[in-house]
Amino acid sequence: MISSIIFIVLFLGSSIFFYLNSKKIRRNILLGKDISITDNKGERLKTMILVALGQKKMFTRPIPAILHLFLYAAFVITQIELIEIVFDGVTGQHRAFRPSLGGFYTFIVSFIEILSVLAFIGTIAFLARRNLLKVPRLVKSELNGWPKLDANIILIMEIILISFIFMMNGADEVLYSRGQSHAENLGDRTFGLAISSYLGPLIYGNMPDAGLHVIERIGWWGHIIMVFSFLNYLPFSKHLHILLAFPNTYFSNLKLKGQFDNLFEVTDVVKPNFDPAYQPVLDPNAVIKFGVKDITDLNWKNLLDAYSCTECGRCTAACPQSITGKALSPRKIMMDTRDRMEDVGKSMDKNGGTFVDDGKTLLGDYIKHEEIWACNTCNACVQECPVNIDPLAIIMGLRQQLVLEQSSAPNELNGMFSNLENNGAPWQFSPADRANWINEN
Amino acid sequence: MSNTTIKVPTMQEKIAKGETPDILFWVGCAGSFDDRAKKITKAIVRILNHVGANFAVLGVEESCTGDPAKRAGNEFLFQMQAMQNITVLNGYDVKKIVTGCPHCFNIIKNEYPELGGKYEVIHHTQLVQQLIDEGKLKVQGGAFKGKKIVFHDPCYLGRGNNVYEAPRDVISKLDAELVEMKRSKANGLCCGAGGAQMFKEAEKGNKEVNVERTEEALSHNPDIIAVGCPFCNTMMTDGVKHFNKEDKTKVMDVAELIANANDL
Repeated sequence: MISSIIFIVLFLGSSIFFYLNSKKIRRNILLGKDISITDNKGERLKTMILVALGQKKMFTRPIPAILHLFLYAAFVITQIELIEIVFDGVTGQHRAFRPSLGGFYTFIVSFIEILSVLAFIGTIAFLARRNLLKVPRLVKSELNGWPKLDANIILIMEIILISFIFMMNGADEVLYSRGQSHAENLGDRTFGLAISSYLGPLIYGNMPDAGLHVIERIGWWGHIIMVFSFLNYLPFSKHLHILLAFPNTYFSNLKLKGQFDNLFEVTDVVKPNFDPAYQPVLDPNAVIKFGVKDITDLNWKNLLDAYSCTECGRCTAACPQSITGKALSPRKIMMDTRDRMEDVGKSMDKNGGTFVDDGKTLLGDYIKHEEIWACNTCNACVQECPVNIDPLAIIMGLRQQLVLEQSSAPNELNGMFSNLENNGAPWQFSPADRANWINEN
Repeated sequence: MSNTTIKVPTMQEKIAKGETPDILFWVGCAGSFDDRAKKITKAIVRILNHVGANFAVLGVEESCTGDPAKRAGNEFLFQMQAMQNITVLNGYDVKKIVTGCPHCFNIIKNEYPELGGKYEVIHHTQLVQQLIDEGKLKVQGGAFKGKKIVFHDPCYLGRGNNVYEAPRDVISKLDAELVEMKRSKANGLCCGAGGAQMFKEAEKGNKEVNVERTEEALSHNPDIIAVGCPFCNTMMTDGVKHFNKEDKTKVMDVAELIANANDL
């Protein structure tokens, strides 16, 4: 009875806490400009199923993809077991679904156990890769401090969680074989769990019943507390990608990567000169800002991108400028955008929902001009991202701000602009000579 | 390359004669002004002349598409250029365009329509592929038989527009050995020119992008690095010079390979 109350309090508490923090993330994302993405629902659904659920883009690197699949599959399938754990927790029963599900119960829990072992292997491999092997994309400077700790915390939580599952199931298997388990006795001697029916006796076979009951309870409570903790850790962590990968891939850019958006604010100004019949999109009295200075100039999809990033660095590993030691790292662009959103969000929390200007902006204080001007706009980062994040869209917005609002492009580019304006070519050639090649030898 | 005189009618001349060209050849700034790229332009013209294509160029009426301005963030200048070009193109009622540059190809194909410029746009490697498929152009392997060719994907042709096979199909007709770099097709590495980097010094780092890319291409010890973009051509040529390999390895456009093979 008391344990049911504790469970219900924990369950509700963690659900409410998660809900509140999720609402903050939603609010932060909606700080972005509104855009409408309602087209091609079928293709969007297909993209989400292939890229998020099917992890299609992960498989360009097969080994990490398989290890990641272990963790992912364990994560997804384990949720089934939670149904029983919550039911047991609330009603004070033990393995309540086993009598009615029978062999199917054994199958499901065994399946989860096997996935948990695979996930355990994957987790150890990921920890080793991050901390011992020093894979270049996982030791870049933008990961120093919190991002590196965040990654390790997630992996260690994973290991603890899996360990609790096997404490719970292993101790219970031994107890059941002695007829001492709190699970309903169905006249057999074992749950028949794929791993614990062997591992349990091996580790706990010689322990007295009283000790086993304690271990089983530590495993059960430890497991569910870890699940609640994990859930509530997500909004503060890069690990949020496990949830946001789905909406983020659904709202993917479906256009060709070479096609960049035309700024309609500019079209409004330019087109009437050529087409008197053109009807401007914007109110003629509206104050127009060009490009991206801060997160509120980005759209909500750019901001969703930033929250969906798990900092894997595939973008950076493929970026020609990152590879050659320049300051630009597409991953850092996404991390900076998220950091800025978080800082703005925290200011809003502190000041009753209004942002108090801190004198900072995404452009300059988080992302340096040097990074923005290094980009080749080659789309390698966009191609690589396993959850269809588009760092290039943000970089382009920042460039537009620098050129159109601050007139602070590098000098050589200003030279190119004036050539283009005066001669119709990026170099200083006369437009009258444009066809000279025809008669040259 | 033979010395046959090339025939390059301008749109104005065609219209004056009451003719309507089937296709407009968009030469581009590099193709018009850069000495190296002009050779590529002429190779494309030789192919067009060889198959008796009814084409024209804009000549002095052509102006930059606005691509370098757009990628550098100068949307105003881009849209001014675009509107100016669209006015000319629509004035001639142009339906189909072939470009000698993937950047012109991408921007006219993808970013002009919204501004009122709607055309069927193909890159010159796609045109050559079509001509071969239609049987209008027969490719003789000849000079390139047994040569090792590595193809470098231009970002705005490959990743930007998913055109990977046209240049490869064309090269495969040369009886040469086509080698793929590890970073190719969707995973191709930029030559370093894109995003208006062509027009500025690189930011501070420890290597030039074109050196990184050329190093990868040269690791296959090719006779030819084939490209489909005048800017990639410049970057890769500089890279080959950086490694002092210009005697062994030539950087050539796919159009030049075909024109040379056929001795046009």
